[in-house]
Amino acid sequence: MTSFLPLNRRGLLAGLGGAAALSLLPQVSFARTVGEQRFVLIVLRGGMDGLAAVAPYADRDYAALRGRLALPDPNAQGGVLDLDGFFGLNPALADIHPWYKEGQLLVAHAVATPYRDRSHFDAQDLLENGTVTPHGVASGWLNRALAQLGGDTGGRRLGLAVGQGVPLVLRGAAPIASWSPSPLKEADGDFLDRVAALYANDPLLANALKAGLDSASMADHALNTDADGAMDGAMMAAAPKPKAVHLDPAELGTATGRLLADANGPRVAVMDLQGWDTHAQQGTTAGRLAGALGNLSKVLVALRASLGPAWRQTVVAVVTEFGRTARPNGTGGTDHGTATAALLAGGAVRGGRVLATWPGLADDRLYQGRDLAPTQDLRAVMKGILRDHLGLDTGALDKAVFPGGGTPAAVRDLIRT
Amino acid sequence: MTLQAAIATNRFGLGARPGDIAAAQSDPRGWLEAQLAQAPDLPPDLRGVEDSATRLAATYAARKEKDEEARKPLREALRATYRDDAARRTRAAIATDTPLRERLVHFWSNHFTVSTSRPIVAAAVVPYENEAIRPHVTGRFADMLLAATRHPVMLAYLDNAVSVGPDSLAGIRRQRGLNENLGRELLELHTLGVDGGYSQTDVRELARILTGWSIAVERDRDTGTFLFRPNLHEPGDKILLGQRYSEDGMGEGLLALQRLARHPATARHLATKLARHFIADNPPPAVVAALEKSYRDSDGHLGEVTRTLLHQDAAWASEARKVKTPTELVVSTGRALGADIHPAADDGDTDMKAARAEPALRSLALLGQLPFAAPSPAGWPDQAADWVGPEAMVQRIDWALTVGEKLGDRIDPRQIAEQALGSFAGDATRQAVARAPSAAEGLALLISAPEFQRR
Repeated sequence: MTSFLPLNRRGLLAGLGGAAALSLLPQVSFARTVGEQRFVLIVLRGGMDGLAAVAPYADRDYAALRGRLALPDPNAQGGVLDLDGFFGLNPALADIHPWYKEGQLLVAHAVATPYRDRSHFDAQDLLENGTVTPHGVASGWLNRALAQLGGDTGGRRLGLAVGQGVPLVLRGAAPIASWSPSPLKEADGDFLDRVAALYANDPLLANALKAGLDSASMADHALNTDADGAMDGAMMAAAPKPKAVHLDPAELGTATGRLLADANGPRVAVMDLQGWDTHAQQGTTAGRLAGALGNLSKVLVALRASLGPAWRQTVVAVVTEFGRTARPNGTGGTDHGTATAALLAGGAVRGGRVLATWPGLADDRLYQGRDLAPTQDLRAVMKGILRDHLGLDTGALDKAVFPGGGTPAAVRDLIRT
Repeated sequence: MTLQAAIATNRFGLGARPGDIAAAQSDPRGWLEAQLAQAPDLPPDLRGVEDSATRLAATYAARKEKDEEARKPLREALRATYRDDAARRTRAAIATDTPLRERLVHFWSNHFTVSTSRPIVAAAVVPYENEAIRPHVTGRFADMLLAATRHPVMLAYLDNAVSVGPDSLAGIRRQRGLNENLGRELLELHTLGVDGGYSQTDVRELARILTGWSIAVERDRDTGTFLFRPNLHEPGDKILLGQRYSEDGMGEGLLALQRLARHPATARHLATKLARHFIADNPPPAVVAALEKSYRDSDGHLGEVTRTLLHQDAAWASEARKVKTPTELVVSTGRALGADIHPAADDGDTDMKAARAEPALRSLALLGQLPFAAPSPAGWPDQAADWVGPEAMVQRIDWALTVGEKLGDRIDPRQIAEQALGSFAGDATRQAVARAPSAAEGLALLISAPEFQRR
């Protein structure tokens, strides 16, 4: 087996902990404790305008309420792409529109977390910590879910943070890998051994380093070799060390998909997309929001392509901290709001549906007279995925993953059986 | 006093240059307090930077150019000015003789974050810091709040420049209206804090109060400067935080900012952020309380609050509880090596144009903290959990090794350890540096060591 990589880093793992090194071997025994199901959480940071991404074009109040931000009907020039005769996708999401007909795309609309104020930072914290209080706990619901999967993972890190840091939703007791492109030359095992020794009395740095090295090995394996462990020609061209720190969305999606597709790779990944805080000139089918939606679309398409056959066992959830005002503000944009849309995509999704108890857009139906009213708790959607896709039991979901008062029941039938 | 000198230069300064620890040795706190008393002069590296009005005017001109071919070089020139400014700012931090002041500039600039994510302000972010932040870091918070809030770069970044009172002349004529972005972030991030006791109504009211705070564009005089536009200002009384503001045009906003600066929630919010930055991610409540009191007693005098901080026992604790941000790591490495030399990878080819321009910027881009590129108006995070992810840790070490390989043959890492860390350096690190197989690896180990990664 050839690899571009750091056999030396892999060698080091034995020194850091035998268990970690095991994850490099093509082990089949993991299948007993770790399923083949994949879950990707894409967090749209800044508050995505759900009424622009998935427009309720047939709502009788929609056009008047949205004014110049209203998207035209499906039959019109630049119109929405119809889903079910009532909702339509923003044309910037055209590449994933066919997935809806294939039954691989589901929209949950008028969803919100329990958060009802309008601070990005508190809202994101609550979206990720899974409780009803911003900054209530320092761990994230997806990490706690991974901890519940339990069993012997052989030191394998089932969770992957795409990026240099680990977002709150993945922080906690379960070990997490992270990956981001770096053009730097990699330090060799001997040097890393000596650094690790210096970190003996610094648990924070020591744990980060150990996790980073595990991730590096995993990424080397997944990004540089194909499933048989042989170098794939096309990948050889694509896989060498990235020259850039910032990959474009498609490249990021591709790398993430490859890592997840690997037989011994992670099973759960989280990535962030920025650019959703569209206070001014957000546009409709062109402009800032369309650009952000286009990036999202590219990530999803790249994920599907790079996951290959594993796409059938994949659920991708696209979530954001809150929606935006239902009416445009005075500057062609929208301010911070409440309910919004979430997307579920993947071969394992029982899609082709828009899941919504539609609150309506009449003035008296808006939340506080200004926002799309929430009718579905986003936690219930996530619980449905964790239960029916990743196999967590209800008790664990209520006690450990989404603790806190009034936690809603899991949404049923999100997943193909 | 030796440990205190290491703390003064590393925790409160930006890392010791050769000779700094010795200079601080006799009176470490006095060494810092003397910096607070210095005049807020522009550092030499930044003296060539144009003012924000010039940069905004150039940006408007580029935007107005309809011909794509003619616009391209204008845009590229604007991007180049950002890179040059950002590089100068980094060099200024590496070279400064008053590192506490410069650290305060970075801190307050981050508090009042603006970002190149909005192309309209990208060429003016460093001028903004020079004009709105630098003059006030040891002055009154109320002055900085006003300078930042009425700065055209902030007004553009948080959309207030285009916010229109719905019942103003322009609002009625052009059917335009409010944008509440600045109103919200001013309350949540800049003054009261998210738990500071304001409501959605207060956000709207402050947005109404601030209508008209705008920027002179090309058809106005003094393009790119602050301009109050009465015809955008929402007429009538407003009520913010239970207090009535009678119609007074721009005066309403001036009064609101004064009151917000004096609000007890602002004192608490700023005290918490300062203590978190200098002492620990979860700062001791007693320190926060002391800073809060100092803020209130001094009517928001930031020099006085900083001085109070320097008189807290917890500030001088031997344990270095803060992990350096990438900026702090790159700057302190530059200072330790006594040079503006920041090598990065050898690939020589990246699509990060900002990074290509300048090795120090390149390092900052690689480590995830390009100047003025914070992901949101909240600025860069200030807690270890946000910076020491698995991948980030490995990249810090890879970067340290690259620095070592580039520069190790010119220096003696044992001497650098002594000069940069003094008695911060523990035996294990001293031995590892001394026993390294090469000077390159010795230097890389020093940069990777917990004593250098923390402050």
